[in-house]
Amino acid sequence: MYPFKDDKNKIQNDSNINEIIDESILLEAEIEKKYSKSSLYKDAWKRLVRNKLAMVGLAIVILMAVIAIFSPFIAPYNPIDRIKEASQKGPSLQHWFGTDILGRDIFSRVLYGTRISMLVGVVAVAISLAIGLFLGALSGFFGGVSDAVIMRIADIFFAFPYILGAIVIMTVLGPGVLNVFIAIGILGWASVARLFRSSILSIKEKEYIEAARALGASNSRIIIKHIFPNSFAPIIVYSTMNVGTAIIVEAALSFLGLGVQPPTPSWGKMLSESLGYINTSPWMMFFPGIAILITCLGFVLLGDGLRDAFDPRLKR
Amino acid sequence: MNNILEEKILEVKNLKTYFYTDGGVVKAVDGVNFDLKMGETLGIVGETGSGKSITALTILGLIPIPPGRIESGEIIFEGQDLLKYKISNLKHFRGNKISMIFQDPMTSLNPVFTIGYQIIESILAHQNVTKKQAYAQALELLDMVGISDRKKRMKSYPHEFSGGMRQRAMIAMAIANSPSILIADEPTTALDVTIQAQILELLDTLKKKTNSSVILITHDLGVIAKYAERVMVMYAGKPVEFASVDDIFYKPLHPYTLGLIGSISKLNEEKKERLKPIKGAPPSLIDLPKGCTFASRCKFAVKKCKENFPPAIEEETGHFTACFRAKEFMDGSLSRD
Amino acid sequence: MFYYILKRILQIIPVVIGITILLFVLMYVIPEDPARLILEKGATPQALQNLREKMGIDKPVYVQYWRYVKQLSKGDLGTSYRYRRSVNSILAEHYPNSIKLAFVAIIIETIIGLLAGIISAVRKYSFLDVLVTVSTTILVCIPVYWLGMLLQIGFGLKLGWLPMSGMGDGSIRFYILPAITLASVSTAFVARITRSTMLDVMSNDYIRTAYAKGLSNNSVIYKHGLKNALIPVVTYIGIDLGTLMGGAILTETIFAWPGVGRTIYLAILQRDAPVVIGGTIVLVLIFVFMNLFVDIIYAILDPRIRLEGGGNINV
Repeated sequence: MYPFKDDKNKIQNDSNINEIIDESILLEAEIEKKYSKSSLYKDAWKRLVRNKLAMVGLAIVILMAVIAIFSPFIAPYNPIDRIKEASQKGPSLQHWFGTDILGRDIFSRVLYGTRISMLVGVVAVAISLAIGLFLGALSGFFGGVSDAVIMRIADIFFAFPYILGAIVIMTVLGPGVLNVFIAIGILGWASVARLFRSSILSIKEKEYIEAARALGASNSRIIIKHIFPNSFAPIIVYSTMNVGTAIIVEAALSFLGLGVQPPTPSWGKMLSESLGYINTSPWMMFFPGIAILITCLGFVLLGDGLRDAFDPRLKR
Repeated sequence: MNNILEEKILEVKNLKTYFYTDGGVVKAVDGVNFDLKMGETLGIVGETGSGKSITALTILGLIPIPPGRIESGEIIFEGQDLLKYKISNLKHFRGNKISMIFQDPMTSLNPVFTIGYQIIESILAHQNVTKKQAYAQALELLDMVGISDRKKRMKSYPHEFSGGMRQRAMIAMAIANSPSILIADEPTTALDVTIQAQILELLDTLKKKTNSSVILITHDLGVIAKYAERVMVMYAGKPVEFASVDDIFYKPLHPYTLGLIGSISKLNEEKKERLKPIKGAPPSLIDLPKGCTFASRCKFAVKKCKENFPPAIEEETGHFTACFRAKEFMDGSLSRD
Repeated sequence: MFYYILKRILQIIPVVIGITILLFVLMYVIPEDPARLILEKGATPQALQNLREKMGIDKPVYVQYWRYVKQLSKGDLGTSYRYRRSVNSILAEHYPNSIKLAFVAIIIETIIGLLAGIISAVRKYSFLDVLVTVSTTILVCIPVYWLGMLLQIGFGLKLGWLPMSGMGDGSIRFYILPAITLASVSTAFVARITRSTMLDVMSNDYIRTAYAKGLSNNSVIYKHGLKNALIPVVTYIGIDLGTLMGGAILTETIFAWPGVGRTIYLAILQRDAPVVIGGTIVLVLIFVFMNLFVDIIYAILDPRIRLEGGGNINV
């Protein structure tokens, strides 16, 4: 442990100084090799591809992304065009998912709704990640006062019911897509920060970080080169699942009339518009709900698969 | 050494336990033969992954299936083949006639039940007694394994015990139903050196007192030398040498055994020789080499070693070796150095 | 143990203070004049000004906050702008409804979730296991209000077996649909947690010891396995009880359930700040104290923690 404890040892060790230098270079190379992200992520990818459910999830996610991007070309109708003679019509060859009370084509509206859902999911999670990673790193790596303050603030966010928080923020900010991003994004940071903090703490204790530190690597270098790749796995898993949650929360906010405003097609809003007609036109509520379910399912299945892929010990 | 009754209590024949994993078939135990005599201590020695623990677990039917599978073999106990029993019926033997002590007493006791509860549970599983009687028996067992302040200790949880105490409690559980065979799987590996000796002494005393047989699994040749009467040396899932403890130490006939003996320090020797570790690493159990599994690390290896696995031959009475060159060691034409 | 509980209670204080400040600032930002909410449309500017002064809402936010804290320390949550009733009495009227609903939901999720989780862990890879895994994944993703609507259509409208909404006379029939809706996501989580901890526990050394002792399969699974596996499950259920009691805004809205979640939601829409802040404070207190309660239960279930006096069991 203490090679330079006394002079006799020191002399002995001095003669071996070249050996020590050689070893340190080897050690550095070893660290790079053993904990480099490429092998971790390559192995995880191999395991992921073998997992059928995860592949189903990935397929759904890709499909939804494609629909979101190309909905203007796929949709048979303009989602906000009212077709006067076709109000509240059930599913038919002309209108696959039927029409709503204003005579709008539900299939086209569901396709266009993908845009809002995917956008909110991705942007809100990106906001959570940006805040959460920054504060989590601050907290985990430097500890002390900043850690205590950040974690107490995180506690406050945890004690606050999620939907209630989203509703309060939306009331303050007013409805609109941009504000939905902000509300969901702000509410999600605490989990990311906690997750990142704890993986930093556990990794910080590991010997290869000690080794890197002993070799004189600077703090920022340690964070970027060693801690980041290794603590990213749980955050990737969490964020993937969180996109699913964000989509559900967006739908809930729009359902409550606080989210995306008409006439922009949003699944949650479509569900609230169907409220008075569940008896006469059940298709109005059926298809948007299915759309939310499938999209969320895609992200959750993918997240489950990623978790198993990153941590094969958990795989059952 | 002659006080051993020559009656065989357990006989294991051609036992093969494989594990089917994503990476391939792991041949953890690959053709193990041995017998256990009444009242003796049989040592099984080998490195980590040599199959010694899996052999023991297979005897009690404790191999998880899948991924494990018992490919072939017989385990004859009291004239019956245990492998022919349904797993659910093996419970009548487990902890009753054959019981087992595990390596790590930290994790082998259930953290949410008291020590007393766990001992009494063992008693009630096999004996037709009242809870009160079982409690009295448990107190007696704690006394036997050298745990004082018994009534208080009965109410303690495992985490309140030290490692050595936990292993004593494990032993109390194991001997609760006076088993005829006690399997100790590295019972002292996880313990401090000073405690190790105490636990082994305790096992030896209890064995003599109850006249049961012990299978002592360890990688420590010193322990074997002190407590075992016969020894099976295992390497990569196969037994390579099986003999009395004296033969193993004074007339080893397998290069691996030679290597093991060479790699332990002898404190009483005048000339301080450098320890000689066995060079190289054991082969992967997934794709074993064609010939002798030890050939790649063996300095005595000849051509045929790499082609076939040598059969186990009884070179002299009770001394089995699976090595083509054992005869040369025997007649002295090949030096053991 | 005592110091542990004391420490936990002390930890709650900054959280509650933080939440009141957060809410106060947020509600203050809303550009709505409470005086206008209270007085009739045709009130004179002078009357409005008088009321503002009387309520102190013309003062800066920190002065108002301090006033509120003083009032709160007496247990007074203030007066609703809309209903001109004390917030205490409004909450006292609606909270019991939410708590009752939460308890029914917890019973549903515990029974169904635990059973499903145990079955799928014990019969790993069987048809039932796959069924449980698939249905819990779907359940996690079903929007609760959509599930509520489906149940209303199915059991209320088409079959006519159960009432579609409201509390009616308060009989159990009215509880069934909203409780199932409220419990849906949690049931899925309970099942998943039970399954994964069960599988985790069953790979422990002490399970092998239990088999080696000659215990029956059932005894090993349900005594040695389940008792260890229950610890995280009970933790989850306890925390969830705290969450559910704190307002099932969506479920209560869909089923017109006169609970506190819906009350707070309506108050937010009506900019009725005292109800929002007061309701949320009570809700958060319940949540935090439930967490504390869960930690104590946890310590009782797990003797390792009980005797250490708790160290790092921040869930």
